[in-house]
Amino acid sequence: MALIKELDYGTPEPRGPYGAALAQVTLTIDGQAVTVPEGTSIMRAAQIAGTTIPKLCATDNLDAFGSCRLCLVEIQGRNGTPASCTTPVAPGMVVHTQTDKLKRLRNGVMELYISDHPLDCLTCAANGDCELQDMAGAVGLREVRYGYDGRNHVFARQDGKANPDWKAKDTSNPYFTYDASKCIVCNRCVRACDEVQGTFALTISGRGLDSRVSPGQDEGFLSSECVSCGACVQACPTATLTEKAVIEIGQPEHSKVTTCAYCGVGCTFKAEMRGETLVRMVPWKDGAANHGHSCVKGRFAWGYATHKERILNPMIRSSIQEPWREVSWDEAIAYTASEFKRIQEKYGKRSVGGIASSRCTNEEAYLVQKLIRQGFGNNNVDTCARVCHSPTGYGLSQTLGTSAGTQDFDSIRDTDVILVIGCNPTDAHPVFGSAMKRRIREGAKLIVIDPRRTDLVKSAHIRAEVHLPLKPSTNVAMLNALAYVIVTEGLVAEQYVRERCDWDEFQEWAEFVARPEHSPEAVADYLGVPAADVRAAARLYATGGNAAIYYGLGVTEHSQGSTAVIAIANLAMATGNVGRRGVGINPLRGQNNVQGSCDMGSFPHELTAYRHVSNDAVREQFNKAWNTVLDDEPGLRINNMFDAAVDGVFKGMYIQAEDVVQSDPDTNHVTAALASLECLVVQDLFLNETALFAHVFLPGSSFLEKDGTFTNAERRLQLVRKVMTPKNGYADWEVTQLMAQGMGLDWNYTHPSQVMDEIAALTPVFSGVSFDRLEEESLQWPVNEAAPHGTPIMHIDHFVRGKGRFILTEYVPTDEKVGPRFPLLLTTGRILSQYNVGAQTRRTGNMAWHDKDVLEIHPQDAEDRGIREGDLVKLQSRAGAMALHARVTDKVAPGVVYTTFHHPETPANVVTTDASDWATNCPEYKVTAVQVTLANGPTEWQQRYDIFARDSRRIEVEPAE
Amino acid sequence: MSADRGHEAGREGAHEAGHSLFDDEQHITTSSDQRLVTMANQIARFFSSQKHDTAVEGCRDHIAKFWDPRMRGRIRAHVADGGAGLTPLAKEAIARLTR
Repeated sequence: MALIKELDYGTPEPRGPYGAALAQVTLTIDGQAVTVPEGTSIMRAAQIAGTTIPKLCATDNLDAFGSCRLCLVEIQGRNGTPASCTTPVAPGMVVHTQTDKLKRLRNGVMELYISDHPLDCLTCAANGDCELQDMAGAVGLREVRYGYDGRNHVFARQDGKANPDWKAKDTSNPYFTYDASKCIVCNRCVRACDEVQGTFALTISGRGLDSRVSPGQDEGFLSSECVSCGACVQACPTATLTEKAVIEIGQPEHSKVTTCAYCGVGCTFKAEMRGETLVRMVPWKDGAANHGHSCVKGRFAWGYATHKERILNPMIRSSIQEPWREVSWDEAIAYTASEFKRIQEKYGKRSVGGIASSRCTNEEAYLVQKLIRQGFGNNNVDTCARVCHSPTGYGLSQTLGTSAGTQDFDSIRDTDVILVIGCNPTDAHPVFGSAMKRRIREGAKLIVIDPRRTDLVKSAHIRAEVHLPLKPSTNVAMLNALAYVIVTEGLVAEQYVRERCDWDEFQEWAEFVARPEHSPEAVADYLGVPAADVRAAARLYATGGNAAIYYGLGVTEHSQGSTAVIAIANLAMATGNVGRRGVGINPLRGQNNVQGSCDMGSFPHELTAYRHVSNDAVREQFNKAWNTVLDDEPGLRINNMFDAAVDGVFKGMYIQAEDVVQSDPDTNHVTAALASLECLVVQDLFLNETALFAHVFLPGSSFLEKDGTFTNAERRLQLVRKVMTPKNGYADWEVTQLMAQGMGLDWNYTHPSQVMDEIAALTPVFSGVSFDRLEEESLQWPVNEAAPHGTPIMHIDHFVRGKGRFILTEYVPTDEKVGPRFPLLLTTGRILSQYNVGAQTRRTGNMAWHDKDVLEIHPQDAEDRGIREGDLVKLQSRAGAMALHARVTDKVAPGVVYTTFHHPETPANVVTTDASDWATNCPEYKVTAVQVTLANGPTEWQQRYDIFARDSRRIEVEPAE
Repeated sequence: MSADRGHEAGREGAHEAGHSLFDDEQHITTSSDQRLVTMANQIARFFSSQKHDTAVEGCRDHIAKFWDPRMRGRIRAHVADGGAGLTPLAKEAIARLTR
């Protein structure tokens, strides 16, 4: 096993408009003929031919810059020595990459670089990974004639005085340092920030010898607008920007490619190791979802995996008032199995259930649902998609015939109009957010439908053509208004609809949306958006070329979440925007494997790949394979489990890596339900909030400690590879297997690949998937005989269900209405540096950016209540109250307040209610009527919970002899 | 559990408004029976814009596919009991549930 090093071609691969093929050009480089697409640089062509031209400022994820002058070449018949990075190939061109003249020139350039660079190579953190050192070797630099007596950036003091050109190291960022003395001003960091990340946080200040990399206005990295994606660190050819972990540990010696365990983008990384110690995560250039980019979480925030608060031994207790008692795995499993058996004997077969995790692998989710269906003998299994994208599953399967997004991420490269509704990709799906921003900078038009002015609406070099800041809960009315304009202004793609959709249903729908009550003018008041803007957005979406819709939880987490998803599908079908590159319906899924956990049959009514449990043929297949008789009745969804628990008929639960107490709505209801259970088993890395109510704690393993697969938001299966031994002794799939064996099931998996083989055998859309195939390439389902390499774009030629179905989407105002008691609307969401309930990111350096949840409130609403920036305020709804600090900002509209749910001390879900989507019970997190008042301190709820939490986390200590 | 017993259990189990482990303030929570009525009405409301027969069948099918047997048993018992609070469409759809 060695360190994986990708070849750097120096400049990006040229791409034709909408991916059109480019003409081929043949030239000669160093006597060797090479044929490349037109627009390729000489540098890239040379590398393709196997010749590496020296370079410092060039790297192939950035546009050519032509500043370092090392990559000079000679071209027959042309004057001078052009830079090979900025010179495109031409037919018949004859290039020489090494001549006496070139050698002399490069030597001179290197000599100048080194004359202002420290020579502490032996003790430098980049030793072994320094391009400057490599180039000094490549050009044969043997002496530096200039000395260090003149102006330089190298020494803190010179001639007994402080050196004004020297700058102290900036260590403000928790993960990397900036040492200006090692900077060669190649601009790679600045360009990476601009071109790859799209944040534009860095610049070069000054000119000539004063030139310096400057975050913001010569600020420290932490206080600048830098989002710490690390693209600059990765781009830096020297030790100027270096990971603190590399400084501390040293250079890695081997690496494995694995998949990030944060959001649904599914970035792949090289986990660079020294023994079993992780040194750094470097985004993998061949990663199909991320193409060598990452965000602050994936690249840097992995310290939780070895955090001291991880629980490594199983623990049990007979009541939640007792302290935990550490026991052996055998005892924990035997206790759990006997409890579940006892409960089922006493309360019936359907009195127990469980939750499969969207953070664990496909194989692990599959085994949890198998344990419940085969071992518990019921279908009471659900997954956290219940509370995020279950409406996507329902809405898209009803209209198009499949419960997933239609495109791959790269499709956006061919998009002309991007419609973003209810998602904030620059915070929640940052790497895809960067791809989106890049496309907008290239000229794609953007429509944003969001109550908040998110970064996409306006930030560096990005501006939405139209922002429709609608009132929370009015999505369906908005989508109907857009449809009204499209239908009444004759913008329907009629030929597409006639060919591909049910025409009668379309006509019924067209008649419905064209009713006057759906016009933008009629709904302007309760949308809170001018009709002209809605009309402009509809025209742009329908007529602007390839139009793609991207949406998130701002669509699904409503009482009409499923209706909104259906309305989105209606819009896309009516305008012919499904079934080719550049268009489509793209749900941005929340957790790393939430697509996968749904695919794996974690829903109570569906077996793998969304096949209903009442389907006899499918069940029969599973009965045979599992040697069992499956229940043909749908089981309980998460919220139904809680209701049944409060009713006293649901008594035992197995929860793998989910923290429902913090993440699920109406905490009072959730905690009342959990407290009524007789056996709650929690499997997690940490004693999370849910574990406060547990009787058995089974220590979980991190993604670094197991093999398996994750499926990202574009249906892409990618391998997760074990890079270290599980600290708790077992990977999560092994723990589930121990439980199954404890329950008397004959499970004998020795590797997750065997689980995937079973899934493939039982599920037609996964029939072509195996670990061996995934070693070769990532695969987007369906993967079968017809599509052995997977399916990047779905619904080409026809919809999966046959004819696309238009379904009427009547707007039904939510029951959650503002009034005198609760005059404001609360909406909740996430921010970049934290992830979901924060269990992982709160145990990393990411706390530097977001150490507490705050309440965003509009200046007008704040002034009306005497609230100033930073004041402690009480946020109250009909469900509950909690106190947190206020941030006064016009990012939110008047009448709307916003907070995140990353910290248990400020539990947003004490305030959210039990209202949910009509079709799937997905909670209405995005709309809660609230009041905000000044507070003296934490609420009674927070104080009592805090005492309970401390009490409940006690672990019995053996008395010392 | 039979439909009748489910209904009885539901009545006894309907938890009190304001129950919280962590404070004494009054929170408005919904009893499980009320919640089922609300859910059924929400489903019916979605289908109500469709033709009557399609709407009844859509609503029935949805409840049959997504509700577990105990939930269905309780809502059927509730309908048998007069179906207070249910919209006519919801009632009609539930009446057509075969199990």
